[in-house]
Amino acid sequence: MTTNKISLGLNRRRLLGAGLTLGGLALTGCATGTGSGPSLGRVVIVGGGFGGSTAARYLKMWGGNVDVTLVERSASFVSCPISNLVLGGHKQMADITRGYDGLKALGVKMVQGEVTAIDAAAKKVKLAGGAEIAYDRLILSPGVDFMTEGTPGLQAALDSGRVLHSWKAGPQTVALRKQLEAMPDGGVFALSIPKVPYRCPPGPYERACMVASYLKQYKPKSKVLVLDANPEVQSKKALFEKAFKDHYSGILEYRANNELKEVVGTTARLEFDDVKADVLNVIPPQRAGDIARSAGLLNMNNRWVGVNWLTMESTAAPGIHVLGDATFSAPAMPKSGHMANQHAKVAAAAIIELLQGKPVNATPVVMNTCYSFVTAKDVVHVASVHQYDEKDKTFKAVPGSGGVSAAANQIEGRYALSWADNIWSDMLAV
Amino acid sequence: MPPISQTAKAAFAAHALAALALAAPAAQAQDLNLARNLAATCANCHGTNGNARGDMKPLAGLSAEKIIAAMADYKSGNQPATIMHQISKGYSDEQIKLVAAYFAAQKAAK
Repeated sequence: MTTNKISLGLNRRRLLGAGLTLGGLALTGCATGTGSGPSLGRVVIVGGGFGGSTAARYLKMWGGNVDVTLVERSASFVSCPISNLVLGGHKQMADITRGYDGLKALGVKMVQGEVTAIDAAAKKVKLAGGAEIAYDRLILSPGVDFMTEGTPGLQAALDSGRVLHSWKAGPQTVALRKQLEAMPDGGVFALSIPKVPYRCPPGPYERACMVASYLKQYKPKSKVLVLDANPEVQSKKALFEKAFKDHYSGILEYRANNELKEVVGTTARLEFDDVKADVLNVIPPQRAGDIARSAGLLNMNNRWVGVNWLTMESTAAPGIHVLGDATFSAPAMPKSGHMANQHAKVAAAAIIELLQGKPVNATPVVMNTCYSFVTAKDVVHVASVHQYDEKDKTFKAVPGSGGVSAAANQIEGRYALSWADNIWSDMLAV
Repeated sequence: MPPISQTAKAAFAAHALAALALAAPAAQAQDLNLARNLAATCANCHGTNGNARGDMKPLAGLSAEKIIAAMADYKSGNQPATIMHQISKGYSDEQIKLVAAYFAAQKAAK
């Protein structure tokens, strides 16, 4: 690697010293790139979350002179992981917010805005306001959007701000914390969990614990009602059930098979009864983000994007790479920020090869670690490693690998916060 | 190897390093990228290129032998762990060798 860098440097200096011009190609490349030589190509990334930011960082780090433009709605990144601690009052918004300056310093062109349309034939994206950006390769990391059409009253309740999802960190996190603070002691906090698959399988149960930890300390007459559409806890089941019992007995009540049917005010209508809540927090059913839908990429159950796992390219539109929660997951692969980061590295490596007309890595590996807080300090994890299976053309969890914590513990509480610090740094170069 | 590098030196006297890099078998470059790609799966916890923060163990600049031995101990259970006994079993011994060599070649920050 070092040898290569030195030699390229010599090469370049020599060429320039000899008065040779490399033409517009090299100059264009140097305008935004950090490497030397002509640009490998233009990559536009839509979405600056765990997937898109990581892709930007690794394209720059591994590709050298790749023109990378990252289009993101928000001025800064707010992390969903750790955001449940903000709800519990154990962390502040500043703790889960990071800027894009690290990516800018690497030469990533940051565009704050919204992509409204993709012209795959002309290879360009259109932004709200009319601007267009051309690309050689497009990466979509659009996260999820909500499917509220099957639940009468839900969209209106969300629009009014009276019912929050807080399943995208940011203003919704702040607003839900305020609702909790305003809730009287003796109030009911109801949390509705959709049927799988949804973003972050253990997230709802962690949220239930964090809200209960706050109420236990400050409003002990209150209740947390977990209304789960699924037949049981969907991740780290035994560990969460133990936490519910050990720490939140009398405060937290878990109800399986309680799918939300309708929202009226802050009342959750279920199949057999109504739950009148003081604070109703609904995690709606989800699908790939809107831009993936409008681009016609939802070829799996009309909800998710099927991908070629060697390149992360959409199976509906080659040349458009899709990362993270929006993808139709491989078996036992969670929709998580950690996994989106791993998808991004597969895509970045593949795109650099593809731009040079070289073969892509035939044996990619991705892995996942997810830490969940059950108290302000005690944490449980789930981990998995997924190797590419050439025969079935998908990632498969390695038999005998992965697993969950033996028990909740405070060592992993420290590791969980370090995990966040490291992954935010890995994706944003901060 | 010698004939190739000699030819290369003769042809591009000022570019010996570049010529050597170019003359390296394509498979070797692929292995380098494979090692890089595999090591990147560790970065979420152990930091970019093994430069970890906080309570996570830095891997950059550790000897390859040390990393290989640690992973073997995690796999066998000789070294108790919170999570690495589960993650280590997801990688083949060949993959661990590549990852270990990659981290050994990285500069430790600070």
